[in-house]
Amino acid sequence: MLQPLNEDRVAHTMLTPANQDQFMTTALSINNLRKVYGNGFEALKGISLQVEEGDFFALLGPNGAGKSTTLGIVSSLVNKTEGSVSVFGHDLERELSKAKMCLGVVPQEFNFNMFEKVIDIVLTQAGYYGIPLKVARERAEFYLRKLGLWEKRNERARMLSGGMKRRLMIARALIHNPRLLILDEPTAGVDIELRRSMWDFLQEINAAGTTIILTTHYLEEAESLCRNIAIIDHGTIVQDTSMRELLAQLNTETFILDITPAQQQAPQLKGYRSELVDDHTLVVEVEREQGMNAIFQALEAQDIQVSSMRNKANRLEELFVSLVEQNLEQEKA
Amino acid sequence: MTSSQLFVAFWTIVTKEVRRFTRIWGQTLLPPAITMTLYFIIFGNLIGSRIGEMGGFNYMEYIVPGLIMMSVITNSYGNVVSSFYSTKFQRNIEELLVSPIPHWVILCGYVIGGVSRGLAVGFIVTLLSLFFTDLQISNIAITVSIVFLTAVLFSLGGFINAVFANSFDDISIVPTFILTPLTYLGGVFYSISLLPDFWQGVSMLNPILYMVNTFRYGILGVSDINVGFAYSMILLFIVILFSVSLHLLKSGKGIRS
Ligand SMILES: Nc1ncnc2c1ncn2[C@@H]1O[C@H](COP(=O)(O)OP(=O)(O)O)[C@@H](O)[C@H]1O
Ligand SMILES: [Mg+2]
Repeated sequence: MLQPLNEDRVAHTMLTPANQDQFMTTALSINNLRKVYGNGFEALKGISLQVEEGDFFALLGPNGAGKSTTLGIVSSLVNKTEGSVSVFGHDLERELSKAKMCLGVVPQEFNFNMFEKVIDIVLTQAGYYGIPLKVARERAEFYLRKLGLWEKRNERARMLSGGMKRRLMIARALIHNPRLLILDEPTAGVDIELRRSMWDFLQEINAAGTTIILTTHYLEEAESLCRNIAIIDHGTIVQDTSMRELLAQLNTETFILDITPAQQQAPQLKGYRSELVDDHTLVVEVEREQGMNAIFQALEAQDIQVSSMRNKANRLEELFVSLVEQNLEQEKA
Repeated sequence: MTSSQLFVAFWTIVTKEVRRFTRIWGQTLLPPAITMTLYFIIFGNLIGSRIGEMGGFNYMEYIVPGLIMMSVITNSYGNVVSSFYSTKFQRNIEELLVSPIPHWVILCGYVIGGVSRGLAVGFIVTLLSLFFTDLQISNIAITVSIVFLTAVLFSLGGFINAVFANSFDDISIVPTFILTPLTYLGGVFYSISLLPDFWQGVSMLNPILYMVNTFRYGILGVSDINVGFAYSMILLFIVILFSVSLHLLKSGKGIRS
């Protein structure tokens, strides 16, 4: 590690020699975190979560699940009720300032001064981290260019489009080169094309070593980008695993088949659940062990051609819905 | 954070505050300049010439220090209360909360921001007053230190007001119903020796009286009150309000849920 040895790191290393590696590489550690808001509502019911250094981690959950509350506590915007949080081994209670130096935050809502210029917003944030103006200017230029905002640097923030405002918050969050970047719904309100370039950018800084944690509603994107995932619902973690394992839990996959000639009723497919959506479109659910050959044979036998076929998108969505439903039932019971 | 990082952070807040009040100079610097010029013309020139002397000076000379002080008080208070409240309101307070700046540095930054506007307006009003009277400063150290301490004190007051404020109405209640009356009754326009004994006693409970009189003492060399006592009081109040503000920041009152 190129990090200079500092006292507390040495102390920790000495205290936990066996665990050294693990200590060095846990970017975020949340233990039994509880949050009861002023009105008595328990938004987090004792959640625990570990995110390793270098990870691209998704925190998923329906609206009101407690995602923003969790990230809010990690970023010192919300007071916790119970439990502990540490960022790169720095406990928020004992070494808050060191923890904050490792952390960049992109909140869900725009929270900059709309009347300030783009460049001033970024430079001011750098100043809050004690970064001298000269260094801050270089970094600001670097990140504003990267995020396509350099031309807009002298505009007032309120003149920016929604996607630009979001990217401004990302530039601001990166100005002190944090090792962990957390983003709360970063692609909300960003159109598809910009969303894609934002993902590219995040992947790039992740590849360069920045750990990333995000919440999103775009499950498809989380599926293709994030390595690990936790699902939160009603203030509890209902699933905490790798994306690969999570998807492996899916026993069935759904395919959409475009068929000719037009059909009036669903063709006979023994052993498969299928549905004719319209006269040219057949949806078939395939169990993991089943394979697909039998489908084609059966259709062939009925003189039906498959002109094209695709996997139904949003597999994660289905899983997500079923997990959340399970959790709801457990809560009722 | 190292001490040089702390200084960068502090200076960032101060420059942000100065940038804010100079950007909106039409709302911050211009109005007091206009109001005070009107005071000088009406009270100093037109009415003052009929009043004659006050405390051994002509009326214009007597009210100028009071009016300068009044501008410093309203503007240092007004700067912090509206800036910090809108920082809360626009949620960009979160920029400060996620960063490693200690609370006392945040507080000092906002206070010095308020002091800067207080002093800037005080300076403008002083310049304007020179069109109406000659200002000769009898004790520069007292004049400067009392203006500075007063600006610090009212910046702290503005900060506490902003912490408790939940709407833009809340930030004008204290200035309208407490600050303005206390200033008018704080010996800006008259010497309390003109008042009956009872009302002199009541006036002595008004903290602004001490600041206005100490400042007047710095400029003219006359005062209704004991200057040493005034300093002790102001310092005591600064310590109290600073601790209260720091405590509010720590608890996250009005800032963190
Ligand atoms: N300041 C607050 N006071 C009371 N309840 C709140 C507050 N903020 C959030 N909540 C509640 O806590 C729950 C979790 O909110 P949040 O963490 O924002 O969810 P998410 O980000 O997953 O949509 C919601 O039911 C929300 O209504
Ligand atoms: Mg949220």
